[in-house]
Amino acid sequence: MTGTDELAIRAILAVPLAAALLLAALPGYRLTARLNVLAALATFAAALALLAGERPPPGPYLIVDDLNIVFIVLGTLVGFTTSAFSASYIQHELDTGRLAPVHLRFYHAMYQALMFAMNLALLANNVGLMWVAVELATLTTVVMVGIYRTREALEAAWKYFILGSVGIALALFGTILVYMAAHPVVGPGRDAMMWSVLVQHAATFDASMLNLAFVFLLLGYGTKVGLAPLHAWLPDAHAEGPTPISAVLSGLLLNVALYAVLRFKLLLAANPGALAPGPLMVTLGLVSLLFAAFMLYRRRDIKRLFAYSSIEHMGIVAFAFGMGGPIANFAGLLHMVLHSLTKSAIFFAVGHVAQVKGTQKLADIGGLTTSHPWLGWGLVLGVVAIAGLPPFGMFMSEFMIVTSTFARGQLLAVPFAVGLLVALGALLLRLNGVAFGPVRGSVAPARASYVPMYAHLVLVLGAGVYLPPPLVAWFRHVAAVLG
Amino acid sequence: MSGTLALDVAHVLAGGLVLVSFMMLYQDRLSALLNIFALHALVLAASVGWQAEVQGAPHLFLTAGIAFLFKAVAIPLALHRMIRRLGVHREVETVIGIGPTMLAGMMLVALSIAVMLQVTEGADPLAREDLAFALAVVLLGMLMMVTRRNAVSQVVGFMSLENGLVLAATGAKGMPLVVEISVAFSILIAFIVIGIFLFRIRERFDTVDVHALDRHRGEQP
Repeated sequence: MTGTDELAIRAILAVPLAAALLLAALPGYRLTARLNVLAALATFAAALALLAGERPPPGPYLIVDDLNIVFIVLGTLVGFTTSAFSASYIQHELDTGRLAPVHLRFYHAMYQALMFAMNLALLANNVGLMWVAVELATLTTVVMVGIYRTREALEAAWKYFILGSVGIALALFGTILVYMAAHPVVGPGRDAMMWSVLVQHAATFDASMLNLAFVFLLLGYGTKVGLAPLHAWLPDAHAEGPTPISAVLSGLLLNVALYAVLRFKLLLAANPGALAPGPLMVTLGLVSLLFAAFMLYRRRDIKRLFAYSSIEHMGIVAFAFGMGGPIANFAGLLHMVLHSLTKSAIFFAVGHVAQVKGTQKLADIGGLTTSHPWLGWGLVLGVVAIAGLPPFGMFMSEFMIVTSTFARGQLLAVPFAVGLLVALGALLLRLNGVAFGPVRGSVAPARASYVPMYAHLVLVLGAGVYLPPPLVAWFRHVAAVLG
Repeated sequence: MSGTLALDVAHVLAGGLVLVSFMMLYQDRLSALLNIFALHALVLAASVGWQAEVQGAPHLFLTAGIAFLFKAVAIPLALHRMIRRLGVHREVETVIGIGPTMLAGMMLVALSIAVMLQVTEGADPLAREDLAFALAVVLLGMLMMVTRRNAVSQVVGFMSLENGLVLAATGAKGMPLVVEISVAFSILIAFIVIGIFLFRIRERFDTVDVHALDRHRGEQP
């Protein structure tokens, strides 16, 4: 049994890495686009095998436990569907001359390198290794954000690069402090950087050192989560890069950074003398939610609109995990999964819309449900889901966060609910202009594959109608681990 | 007493790094700034080398070597060439004046020493004061990044910040992966420098030479 699991872990890392090298070497974009999908599918299959099998004992560098397996399965799934969307997306980019075949070779290699880096960050049992992997993920996405090489794309990539690097630097300082805190208890060397060892001994670490470390880690990785006021890179990076990259940024990379924060939160929670990490996360989450909700009204660009919506939802998730407790953690986990699925589905729709209309300006897009029914209604369903309306799953997760907050602190629940309603209004207002009313912009037929988008939407709808008991039990268990 | 001597030399080198960080704050010409940065990297290399000697950790010599060859020699040379080509070697525009910047820098150093010395009471003295100085260098690097508008001087600010991190990592006795992390950082910095060079980002983002980029794209098949 253990043998197959070891194999699955290796496959999750080796397949994307090998694919990245292979795709960098192969010419011919048709072949590489298909290979990209195939590699992503193989990685997803390996993740499923890992989920089905038993957990192998933690090794010196890699670990699989109940917490990270959620992120791995979700990440590889979205990685796979996005690669399928990407294959139909880039065809149009080639036709219009925005990308040359030589760029595509690079693009596919970077896509797989990103998958490798994210899986490594999630699987790492070593805080230093995780840091290196997150840095690698940042580098690959920076390159892809700037791939159009327009003035705006370069500016966005540069901004993302500088802010991301500062965030990464702060996270490293926090990581060093964690090592310093563990050093007197665990002793020098590799053990003092291993998750599995750190969590066991966290109760005896020096509390003030851990506190300081967590502040740096929260600010550092929080920059990558896109929490306000550290979010400045996020809208630009989403708006100016290729749309598949917007989908993986929102659907995956933000989650990976959040996972890092959660891991360190566990260390603090295990130490009785350390400060409670919850209130810090609640504050950052609430600020992000309220800030993004109001900013949604002022957006003129469709991709920026949904980028701000990602800030809003990461705020909600951080808020839920900050509140803690079985219900809020469960809801936060569910919300994170559903947000990834819904937001990437929306970006799949938006990518094709922007290609058909030749613009990302909200004012120049209108009447989509009339001109492109499949795309238009897909977008409508996606926005209804992301706004937290029933019968989609995010209604349930938001409802659970609000009720559990009400039970424990009414004063917090009020601004939280206000933020949700303000964002709902903004999204529906913009949706009305884009999807209904008179047709604006080109009516050329879209050459799009709708399967990835509708597959995500069906999953999100399914989660709203019926959650299978094994899934509930699994998430409940993870929520209990998170404390 | 070789024990106190080891400690004293480590302090002098770490304190020297903070001092050089201050010197960078008031440079108003890019070429001078690059020279001071080379000095910064040199002091770092000496400091890391000393730690390697004191801790008996030969792998840290590798980190010191990377700091010296890459950051004290290669990067400053490449950046010197670049700014001469871009014609931006004359002036550095600052957002706020030198005086307020220096005052803010002093406050940051006081803050980091006050915080770190209080927090790390249990840790061993060598690591403890190294960490306080390292945090000061990190904060000064960030201060430099926010007070400069030019892309090159922002990168220099980032590199000095990163030097502070390397100092902290080597001060933490027996920390594994230090060499790997310093290599990862070097790759990051190389990426930034290549990025500036390829994309010719002048004066932050306001005057990216889009014309040249368009021409370049027109040449692609």
